[in-house]
Amino acid sequence: MDDDLVQRIASNPKYQELKAKRTSYGWWLTLAMMVVYYGFILLVAFNKTFLSQRLGEGVMTVGIPIGFGVIVFTIVITAIYVKRANKEFDDLTAEVTKAVLK
Amino acid sequence: MNFKSDNMRRILTLLALFGVSAAAWSAGADLGQAEKQATNWTAIGMFGGFVVLTLFITKWAASKTKSAADFYTGGGGITGFQNGLAIAGDYMSAASFLGISAAVMASGFDGLIFSIGFLVGWPVITFLMAERLRNLGKFTFADVAAFRFKQAPVRIFAASGTLVVVAFYLIAQMVGAGQLIKLLFGLEYWIAVVIVGSLMMVYVLFGGMTATTWVQIIKACLLLGGASFMAIMVLWHFGFSPEAMFAQAVKIKADLASDSGKTAEEAAKLGQSIMGPGNFVKDPISAISFGMALMFGTAGLPHILMRFFTVPSAKEARKSVMWATGWIGYFYLLTFIIGFGAITFVLTNPSFLDAKGGLIGGNNMAAIHLSNAVGGNVFLGFISAVAFATIVAVVAGLTLSGASAVSHDLYATVIKKGKADSASELRISKITTLVLGVIAVVLGIAFEKQNIAFMVSLAFAIAASANFPVLFMSVLWKDCTTRGAVIGGFMGLISSVALTVVSPSVWEATLGNPKGSALFPYASPALFSMTLGFLGIWLFSILDNSKQAKIDRAGFLAQQVRSETGIGASGASGH
Repeated sequence: MDDDLVQRIASNPKYQELKAKRTSYGWWLTLAMMVVYYGFILLVAFNKTFLSQRLGEGVMTVGIPIGFGVIVFTIVITAIYVKRANKEFDDLTAEVTKAVLK
Repeated sequence: MNFKSDNMRRILTLLALFGVSAAAWSAGADLGQAEKQATNWTAIGMFGGFVVLTLFITKWAASKTKSAADFYTGGGGITGFQNGLAIAGDYMSAASFLGISAAVMASGFDGLIFSIGFLVGWPVITFLMAERLRNLGKFTFADVAAFRFKQAPVRIFAASGTLVVVAFYLIAQMVGAGQLIKLLFGLEYWIAVVIVGSLMMVYVLFGGMTATTWVQIIKACLLLGGASFMAIMVLWHFGFSPEAMFAQAVKIKADLASDSGKTAEEAAKLGQSIMGPGNFVKDPISAISFGMALMFGTAGLPHILMRFFTVPSAKEARKSVMWATGWIGYFYLLTFIIGFGAITFVLTNPSFLDAKGGLIGGNNMAAIHLSNAVGGNVFLGFISAVAFATIVAVVAGLTLSGASAVSHDLYATVIKKGKADSASELRISKITTLVLGVIAVVLGIAFEKQNIAFMVSLAFAIAASANFPVLFMSVLWKDCTTRGAVIGGFMGLISSVALTVVSPSVWEATLGNPKGSALFPYASPALFSMTLGFLGIWLFSILDNSKQAKIDRAGFLAQQVRSETGIGASGASGH
């Protein structure tokens, strides 16, 4: 890519919008994932009794749905990102490409 | 005197307990030493079927593998869905299938903690890395790491990072294959190592990335299908009530405890203990450090990163991780059910137990015995064949990424300074494949009797401490320079290996030094070595005022524009 093209893309407002939106969205979701995972690990390390607490009359404990929940959360949060990126971010990318390569 | 020896014994027991938990952390899913079982012809026949099918695919793939680009990325024409399955195939190793279900059978909830650790790296890859990697890279992750830097030093670092990670991962897989074949097929250790080595060489040599990808896709489908069947059969037995399954498992664990002489109260407590966290996480530092190795190591595994270059666009790269995360997460849910199924079906059935009440062939046979219990001998053969096929597929992916590091990063870029033609680059990668294959077989045999439990977690720790920081900082931090990336990267690489060597799982368990003599007390080095890697990159970058540093920083804008938009990215044809 030549410098001129780089400058044109970098100064394109749609490009700046794409960069800002995707970067901050990515970081927020990363933060959410870290909070959930390390929260779980710290719970395991410091509050075993909470996780081993029974939910009702049966043997089911608080820990099992939480553990399964972390796995499901991981899949869902990935899907949420991909859904927004497939639509919004790809549309913005296409607009940038169209604007600078015409 | 008596008092003293009592105390001594107590201390030793405590240390042993800690040692065991540390080893469990670092090992996670390890296959350990195994006893040879009776020859299982059904399993061997089914594996033979897998081999015939994959060889046909290799023949077809060979006709499409003509250039270096075909060899490295299958021509870049793999779809996001296919790639997602292949990534899952790369990631769901035999150790995680057999090892995690065994861990769940042994200690219930603790097994779940482990599988969660393996999963949580994927969203981070999706959010921050996958699209940018695809937009910047061509064949290897070094393409991305060295994008705006002076090529030779960064490539040499990236190739070292790749080869070290691949070597430890490969040894673990080869030794695992040797132990498995004794258990599953009832054949000798060395036969497994030679079979895995030669099959892998055939796939990679002739079919390159196309064949490797399809081997991984087939294996992923077989493994997911087989594991789903087992989990459904277990749940069906309990009328699809998880509570009924858990209650039965708790009761069996309690009965086993009371049989071994525990009081009723103790037994009930031990039974219920599988429903909550036990001794898996001993100290919080080890827990966090190990969690970091798993979470960020995934984003630095060269054979996984390489898979992002097989798809045509950033969009497909993003879809690949989505599918991979879904399949891998689903797989870990299955292994949890399979582990509980093993408690209820296997631990209560004398035909799976030896004289001492342990599992025939050891705990890692949990899923294998369960397959027999729910699906009879033919399904047992099927699962055994799939478990072995799994290793072959993982080894093929590892070798391909090691070969690419040598041919693309070292030969074509460092030695030939980017002027190598496709034909000679392809020739070098094939020669490297052969060499790596032979090395893998030799190391597999050399490490037969060694305790290699630490190797997979070491591979993750190195990937998190060396490859990941360099990749991350070069893509996202403007002021990163060649000098910073190379020095920081090597600091992460060397410190992660060194700290592992002086940690309990190597210093004591493998090298045989006395308990408690390890200089580094924690199970995983990642918390320290990854921090060191990042600090090194930061410090040596900001101190860097060289001419090269100016060029490096000036190149950031163009790199960022391409990483965000994909304009100028290497296309589907790989040219």
